[in-house]
Amino acid sequence: MARTDTASPQGAPPGHATGEIVFRFACAAAATFLLAALAGVIISLFIGGLPAFREFGFGFLTSTTWNPVTEVYGAAGPIAGTLITAFLSLLIALPLALGVAVFLVEFCPARISGSIAIAVELLAGIPSIVYGMWGLFVLAPWFAAHVQMPIAMHVDPDTFLGKLLGGTPNGANIFTASLILAIMILPYMAAVFRELFLTVPPQVREAAYGLGCTPFEVIRAVVIPYVRRGMIGVVMLGLGRALGETMAVTFIIGNAHGFPHSLFDSGSTIASTVANEFAEATSDMHTSALIALGFLLFVITFVVLAFARLLLREAKV
Amino acid sequence: MFKTFVAAIGGLAIASTAAAADISGAGATFPAPVYAKWAEAYKAQTGIGLNYQAIGSGGGIKQIKAKTVDFGASDKPLKPDELAAAGLYQFPTVVGGVVPVMNLPGIRPGQIKLSGALLGDIFLGKVTRWNAPQIAALNRGVPLPNLPITVVHRSDGSGTSFLFTSYLAMKNPAWASQVGASDSVQWPTGLGGKGNDGVAAFVKQTTGAIGYVEYAYAKQNRSTYALMQNKAGKFVAPAAPAFAAAAASAPWLRSPGNYILLLDQPSPAAWPITGATFILVYRNQPNPADGAQVLKFFEWGYNKGDGLAASLDYVPLPANVKGLLKKQWARSVTAGGKPVYVAK
Repeated sequence: MARTDTASPQGAPPGHATGEIVFRFACAAAATFLLAALAGVIISLFIGGLPAFREFGFGFLTSTTWNPVTEVYGAAGPIAGTLITAFLSLLIALPLALGVAVFLVEFCPARISGSIAIAVELLAGIPSIVYGMWGLFVLAPWFAAHVQMPIAMHVDPDTFLGKLLGGTPNGANIFTASLILAIMILPYMAAVFRELFLTVPPQVREAAYGLGCTPFEVIRAVVIPYVRRGMIGVVMLGLGRALGETMAVTFIIGNAHGFPHSLFDSGSTIASTVANEFAEATSDMHTSALIALGFLLFVITFVVLAFARLLLREAKV
Repeated sequence: MFKTFVAAIGGLAIASTAAAADISGAGATFPAPVYAKWAEAYKAQTGIGLNYQAIGSGGGIKQIKAKTVDFGASDKPLKPDELAAAGLYQFPTVVGGVVPVMNLPGIRPGQIKLSGALLGDIFLGKVTRWNAPQIAALNRGVPLPNLPITVVHRSDGSGTSFLFTSYLAMKNPAWASQVGASDSVQWPTGLGGKGNDGVAAFVKQTTGAIGYVEYAYAKQNRSTYALMQNKAGKFVAPAAPAFAAAAASAPWLRSPGNYILLLDQPSPAAWPITGATFILVYRNQPNPADGAQVLKFFEWGYNKGDGLAASLDYVPLPANVKGLLKKQWARSVTAGGKPVYVAK
C-alpha cells in the first residue's frame, strides 16, 4: 500500500515540495484506483452470481451437471478442466522454458541468441485466437492421426494406461489444449527466466567455474538458488495466464461439460464455458451461473497467487 | 502529427453526425451476412445506414429489452406471453435450414437417409456404429462402414442448436424427456465445436463423425449431408426449394405473436429442419421516427432483397407471408396509438 510517511528531501526549494506532494497523491490515487477496480470486479461478480450460489449452494462446486434446459448448473467439470489444463501446461512449459533460458545464457553463441530471442518475442506476440485456429486445424488432426490412433489401436483400453489415454481420436481434448497453453506461456516464462539468470553477478559464476564446476553444476548450485524467489514468481505468472486463457482453449478442448474421464477426453474450462455461452444465455439463472463461474475463476486465481506469496515468504529465509 | 490527430477527430465528428439517422440493431449471427448486404444496398439508395452487431440471439433479446438498440434479432422466436410481458412485437425476415453433415469414407452427399427419431437416437448416444441395424434399415444397399459414430455439436449457445434440438424433441420422445430443446443443452455425448466452423472442422477431421451446420456452410464446404425424412414420409435433400416449401406450408395465419417454428412441416417437398430468423421491436415505439425507419428498412428487404438473400444461400419468405406481415406492422407497431408505418 502507499506509504504515508514519505518525507520530502530536506532543504529542497518550496516548488519541489509541491511537486513531491502532487507526485505522492498521484501514486496513491493510482494504487487506490487499482484496489477499487479489483474490489468492484469481485463484488459485481459475486452479486451477479448470487442467484446461482443461492439456488445450488455448495453443490454448485461439486455437481457435474450443466443443463440449460432444466436450469440445473454445477461447476465441477469446468473447474477440473481449468486446473488440469493449467497445471499440465505448466508441467510441459517449465522444463522447456528453463532449457531455453539456460541455453541462451550459458551456451548460446551470440549470433544465434539474437534470432532465438526474436523467435521467443514472436511467440509471445501471436494473439491467442491464432493459436486456437492453429490448434484446431493443424495440431488436432496431426495429434489424432499420429498419437491417438496408434494408441487406440495398440493399447488395451481396459488397462490403466488405456483408460488414461482413451477418448475420441480427433485431437480435441484436455491434453492438446494443455499443449497449446504450454506453447502460449512458454515465451513469457523463457524471457523472464533469461532476465533472471542475467541478474546473477558474473563474479559469482566465474568463481564457481574457477573452482572447477561444470556448467550444469554452476546452474544447479549457483544460478538457480540465487534466483529461486524470482523463479517461483515466473511460474505463478505462467500459471495465472494458463488459468485464464480463453479463446485458444475454446477452440481445441472439445467443449464437453462434465468431468473429463481421461487425458485425451474432451472437457471444458471455466473461461471457455463463459466464452461459449454468455452471448446466448437467455435465462437469468443461466447468466447468473456463468457469472458465478467467473467469480470462481477469480477465487481460484487469487488462491494460486496467495499460494505463490506463501512460497516466496518461505524462500526468503 | 498534430494535424493528423485533428483530422482524425474531425473525421469522427462527421461520422457521428451522419450516424445520427442510422438504424441500430443487435442479435443473431445467422442472418448477419444478409442484413449486411441489405444495409449496403439500402444505404446506397437512401443514405440511411444500419449498424448491426452480431452478438448472438440471446444478446439481441437482452439489448432490445434494455432499449439500447432500435431492433433486436433472434433465431429463436419469443413465445407470445414473453412478447406481451416485454411489450415487444416480432416478425420473421429470412428462412434457412439446419443440415446433418458427416464424415464417412466412400459415402456420397445425399447417399445416407435418416429420420428424425434415428437422428435423436444417434445424438443420444444410443446408436453408436454406422452399420447399426437401425441405420441399415433405412439405407438398404448402401455400403455402411463399421465405424464408431462421433457426435459433434455446437459448444456455443446458438439458434442453430435451438432449431436442431427442437426438431429432435419433436421426433424423439427420449430426447424430449432426457435433453430437451434450447440454445445450449446438456449434450449426452460427443464434443463441441465453436460456431459452424468449429463443428465443420471437427466433422472433417474425425472419420465417422456426424454434426449439424447451417445450410450455407454445408453447401460451401461440399459436406456429405444426409437426406432427411419429412412429415409426409419423403426423403428430401437440403436445398433452397425444400426450405421454401417448409415456409410456404407453415400456419402463419394461426400463429399468435408470429411464434412459428418451420420444423417438420407437412408439405412433401419440405426440409424438416427449417427455421426463420426474427426481428424484435417495441409495440409502442418510444420514438416513432426510429420505429418507422426499422420497418422501412425491412420493407425494402422484403421488396428488393430476395436476390441478395438468395446469393448468400438464404431463402426469402413466401410473397403472401410478406404481404401479411406488412399489414401486421401497421396494426402492431404504434406510437401514442398511431401506426408508425403505413402499408402500401
